[in-house]
Amino acid sequence: MPSVLVLYAHPAPHKSRINRRLAAAAREVEGVTFRDLYELYPDFLIDVETEQKLLSEHDVIVLQHPFYWYSAPSLVKEYLDLVLTYGWAYGEGGAALQGKILLQAISAGGSEEIYCTEGRNRFTIRQLLAPFDQTAFLCGMRYLAPHIVYSANQLADAASIQPLVDRYARLLKALRDETLPLEQAAAAHKINDLVPA
Amino acid sequence: MHASHFFISAFIYLGAAVLLVPIAHRLGLGSVLGYLIGGALIGPFALGWVGGAQGEEAMHFAEFGVVIMLFMIGLELEPARLWRMRGPIFGLGGMQVLFTALAVVGIAMACGLGTKPAIATGMILALSSTAIVIQTLQEKALMRTDGGSDSFAVLLFQDISVIPMLAVFPLLAASGAKVEHHGWLQELPHWAQPLITLGAVVAIVIGGRFIVPRGFNILAKTGLRELLTAAALLLIVGVALLMTQVGLSPALGAFVAGVVLAGSHYRHELESNLEPFKGLLLGLFFLAVGASLDFSVIAGKPLLVAALVFALIALKAAVMFVIATLLKIRGSHRWLLSLALAQGGEFAFALLSMAMQQEILDAATARLLVAVVALSMAIAPLLFIIYERLIAPRYTAVSKEQRAPDRIDEHAPVILAGFGRFGNFVGRIMMSQGVKVTVLESDPDHVEMLRKFGFKVFYGDATRLDLLHAAGIEQACMLIIALADQAKVAQLIADVRERFPNLRIIARAHDYDHRVELMRLGLAAEDTVHEQMGSAQELAVRALRALGKPAYATERAARRWRRYDDQTFHLLLPVHDDDDAYASIVRERRVELTQLFEKDIAELPTDNDQAWEIGRAEET
Repeated sequence: MPSVLVLYAHPAPHKSRINRRLAAAAREVEGVTFRDLYELYPDFLIDVETEQKLLSEHDVIVLQHPFYWYSAPSLVKEYLDLVLTYGWAYGEGGAALQGKILLQAISAGGSEEIYCTEGRNRFTIRQLLAPFDQTAFLCGMRYLAPHIVYSANQLADAASIQPLVDRYARLLKALRDETLPLEQAAAAHKINDLVPA
Repeated sequence: MHASHFFISAFIYLGAAVLLVPIAHRLGLGSVLGYLIGGALIGPFALGWVGGAQGEEAMHFAEFGVVIMLFMIGLELEPARLWRMRGPIFGLGGMQVLFTALAVVGIAMACGLGTKPAIATGMILALSSTAIVIQTLQEKALMRTDGGSDSFAVLLFQDISVIPMLAVFPLLAASGAKVEHHGWLQELPHWAQPLITLGAVVAIVIGGRFIVPRGFNILAKTGLRELLTAAALLLIVGVALLMTQVGLSPALGAFVAGVVLAGSHYRHELESNLEPFKGLLLGLFFLAVGASLDFSVIAGKPLLVAALVFALIALKAAVMFVIATLLKIRGSHRWLLSLALAQGGEFAFALLSMAMQQEILDAATARLLVAVVALSMAIAPLLFIIYERLIAPRYTAVSKEQRAPDRIDEHAPVILAGFGRFGNFVGRIMMSQGVKVTVLESDPDHVEMLRKFGFKVFYGDATRLDLLHAAGIEQACMLIIALADQAKVAQLIADVRERFPNLRIIARAHDYDHRVELMRLGLAAEDTVHEQMGSAQELAVRALRALGKPAYATERAARRWRRYDDQTFHLLLPVHDDDDAYASIVRERRVELTQLFEKDIAELPTDNDQAWEIGRAEET
């Protein structure tokens, strides 16, 4: 059974409505290792050795974070900068991440309509995540379409958030149990509709 | 009193308390009932070890415990809170005294008592026992509930109403009876008496506000703790003396003094100094009440006494229940109020002996009433048990949903011991994040200055457990120790660990060795902080930057060094007392650290594709 590593990054969890709940659900899924990066590294002093060991021990890596300026919060970038070293993750002799799955779980303030060629944001989220996609590619990983919660700022009440939380938990279980159609998931714009009911 | 005689009495009283109170407590009866039973056992009507005139003397002496108790209740009640209670005090309290007295008068007259004796009886029986009710409410943690606080309001009104009662009694005296004139007050013209009384209260308020805190400040600087205790007792004795001189209740005066001092930063110190006296004297008082139970009266007319006790309790509870219903008080709150106040009070003893002297009541009736009141007081703790076991559980399920939000708890969740050069930074940062911090500081000048800036700082030595109690350590979620004195830190941790094993303690450590000591006392490694590490780190970073090193990389290097140092600390922990092993690990780590830094300062690798921490970041 593949093991799942969730790397959660939110610089202000006390203000979060969506991610906090998604994180709480992820913690509860059996077979999931959950790491809260901002809790672990408030000083940005990432322990490269520990993180590399964890990455190599897991088969599925999930980056869970809010969508800030069309990308991830800065600690995620710091993580990739420091942990994915030459000779380990990529380059000569760098094969530690070969064959693993990478995907992102994102909450975005805007609606789905504005994330398209005709919309105000001009690109889909999947397109904007190209640097992550390419990072995965360079490391020999399989990059899947992101799990996206759109219009996160409008979701105020627990009743409308709960179905999304449940879907995220089901996604993690599907990754763990290998019940996700991977070909479709790699090609899609978002993974949302591919999560088994 | 002869010295050996004193020792014998003290031995009997203390022995009864030490033997019987734990038993009563074990049986879930509460300490008050334990004292009362103990008193009854050693009293003149059972074993006869103490009693008679000497027992009454003990009772008068012990009433001072009630005075201290009211003073301490006043300390907890700031004037603004007291003002908010004016509704329950005068509404609920006024109605309780008036209607209970009227009902008793009616019944007494129906039983054939004359009008004047009936009125006196009504007034006497309308009162409840402040000592028993408050002690029991506090013991059962009911004081802060709505029912508890309303009970207190009613008791407060009863204490106030004793003043007019004392004034009315001589008017009720049978013509020709000798009416005792005592005190110089009665010799003054009638218009002057209320003025003198009012003046005394004003004197307490002004003295408490302006003079007493300064006096305490001077005494605190001497560093002699017993002087503060003596001053606190002197204050209360003085107030009690003044009140009796002008014909007011000493307890009421002490209460006013307490309220005035509630805002003072010596509040906690006063509370912790007086607590043992209050406890002992109240215990003695309950013992004395128990000893006054006259079994010969009870044995003479057992049925009559039983019927009267039952009638008194039923009547008082019923009147209170009806008033509570009228005032739309519902649920367990109404029951607590009705059952808590259903007994007779300690003032009844004084008023009954006065009524006997002034021949308002005949001796037989007065003695009968003394027995009834004393028995009703002895039964009072049982009523609380009935409330607790049978009535409250019926309401808990409902009240969880319907209950109004709890009254705001005045006790802050975090206690900070020490607000000196170190603690003040800790406190200021925490307060800036909206955390309520109760600060304990032992330097009076410091406290004064901080108070001016609006900090909630209390004067006192934080290593005193009683002070920690007063500061609300039971409710606190955390204790931060920022004291400089290592011996005190160790003592404080050991004491607090023993009594509150679940309380999180975070402590300032003087150096590595002290950190080890703190951890051996049971603190987690992350809850001990080397007091100089942070500032040394910052200074090193500044120095390196002044030498032209890049800011961010230097900052990270210093943090990394700090983390490495912490790992070394953990490695050394198990061999702390083994000098050879210690030295060898230190040497090894030093080599490792050197290598690490050599790597840091080595020339940039020629390879382009290195993470920037080691060489350069992925920039392609």
